[in-house]
Amino acid sequence: MNEFEPVIIAFCCNWCTYAAADIAGTSRIQYPHNVSIVRVMCSGMVDPIYVLRAFEGGADGVIIAGCSYVDCHYINGPVKCDAMFERLKGIVHTLGLEDERLRREMISTSESIVFAHVVEEMVGQLKKVGPSPFRKVREDITV
Amino acid sequence: MTLDDIIKETNTFYCLECGKCSSICPISRYNPAYSPRVMVEHALLGLEDDLVYNRELFSCLTCYACQLKCPSDVNYPLFIQKMRAIASNNGEHGECAHSGTLQSLTRLVTNPAVKQRRLEWLSDEFRTSDRSDVLFFVGCAPYFEHIFDFETKSIDIVKASLKILNYFGIEPVLLPNERCCGHDMLWTGDVETFRRLAEHNAALISESGVKKIIFSCPECYQTFKENYPNYVKIDCELQHISEFLSEAIEKDELSFKETKRKVTYHDPCRLGRHMGIYEPPRKVLEAIPGIELVEMKHSKEESLCCGTSAFTNCDLYSKQIRVERLLEAKDTGAETLITSCPKCQIHFRCAMVNKGEEKGPDVEIEVMDMVNLVANALEEKN
Repeated sequence: MNEFEPVIIAFCCNWCTYAAADIAGTSRIQYPHNVSIVRVMCSGMVDPIYVLRAFEGGADGVIIAGCSYVDCHYINGPVKCDAMFERLKGIVHTLGLEDERLRREMISTSESIVFAHVVEEMVGQLKKVGPSPFRKVREDITV
Repeated sequence: MTLDDIIKETNTFYCLECGKCSSICPISRYNPAYSPRVMVEHALLGLEDDLVYNRELFSCLTCYACQLKCPSDVNYPLFIQKMRAIASNNGEHGECAHSGTLQSLTRLVTNPAVKQRRLEWLSDEFRTSDRSDVLFFVGCAPYFEHIFDFETKSIDIVKASLKILNYFGIEPVLLPNERCCGHDMLWTGDVETFRRLAEHNAALISESGVKKIIFSCPECYQTFKENYPNYVKIDCELQHISEFLSEAIEKDELSFKETKRKVTYHDPCRLGRHMGIYEPPRKVLEAIPGIELVEMKHSKEESLCCGTSAFTNCDLYSKQIRVERLLEAKDTGAETLITSCPKCQIHFRCAMVNKGEEKGPDVEIEVMDMVNLVANALEEKN
């Protein structure tokens, strides 16, 4: 039997984390292939529905990553994201999903190694936790 | 179901075009683009596409105000419910409020593998049991706490209800993996999701072996009582907590402390017009010594709506309806607006938090659920 390969959806801010992921690619930094990146203009625009739809579609984990408080292009995006993330954590927890499935990161443009490390760590954690209960409907899809 | 079947089932054919529905409709008063009479007329002319792809199809609050006024007994809310099922099959879902988070959650819990953690708020002060004749249906309150960015107090309603049940020595069963009742799904046309939720709940309830289910949410109560029998079988007595309390008051089983407060009561549409329960909550409020109950200009059958149903098409008009209702409550001189629906409370609180000139004047009034008032006024038993 093949080893379980988790599917991770990462919502990355255009200005920092997306660029970091880009640089990770051009600098040939190795990281697991399990992550699919969705570029958003700011981490502050991520709505709980984005994450719930990701789980509905069969994702095993979701990362929301953006600039740190001082780097934000739009002054207070990360603050908005933090407030949203607090509520989202409550929803996901009540739904019965493990806390490891949701992660909030602040990764600056120059920190492509951090990005690779976060993905690696999360893939490791998700392999331990196992597939998401909502994945059952989408078993036909492979990474 | 085709348009013809719907017309037959809901008596739409008997429409006299008198326009009473449009004159009483809370949405029509603010939104000139929406009129129940025009909707019915379109159906009778066979203009199915004009109905299905009309944004206003999802504006209806299904508040039953038109139904009670109609001289030909056209079941307009049912007509809307069935039309939305057709619209939903055609990919029209209305504009879901809160980006559709609530709808998405409801779809997620249809999964049989899901193991929710919905009872984490439960503390030692409440007594529950695994085997009992009475089940308390918690509803969506554990989710509401996290979805909204203002205080909803939904979980407090559940806690107060448990406190009341414990007061009578009832230790109810709470289902740790109970699903959403599916009310919003049925009324926005997603019948398949509704059916699945109903099956899950029916299985869990028959497994628990209870004889009676008590609800604090009128929407769950109405759905279980009126819509579940069409899909599943539930052999239990169903009761809203206000009925339970008014029965207890008749038997004189309750003693209250003096609570000085002037209140007014808002009838939720599901409990009032849908189920016809107007008197029990009023009886409960009047039984508390010190409570002065004043009626608003529109009450009972005439009661105004809280402005949104099923978290769909919540717009400027919904806000205006809410502000109108809040102003009416304020006009009575009452300190507190009492309701018995957690969703009415959410909508009113939202209207007070989100201010803006176009939404009408700012208004502040304390909003509270009936069970909270009762739980606070209960005298400790020795």
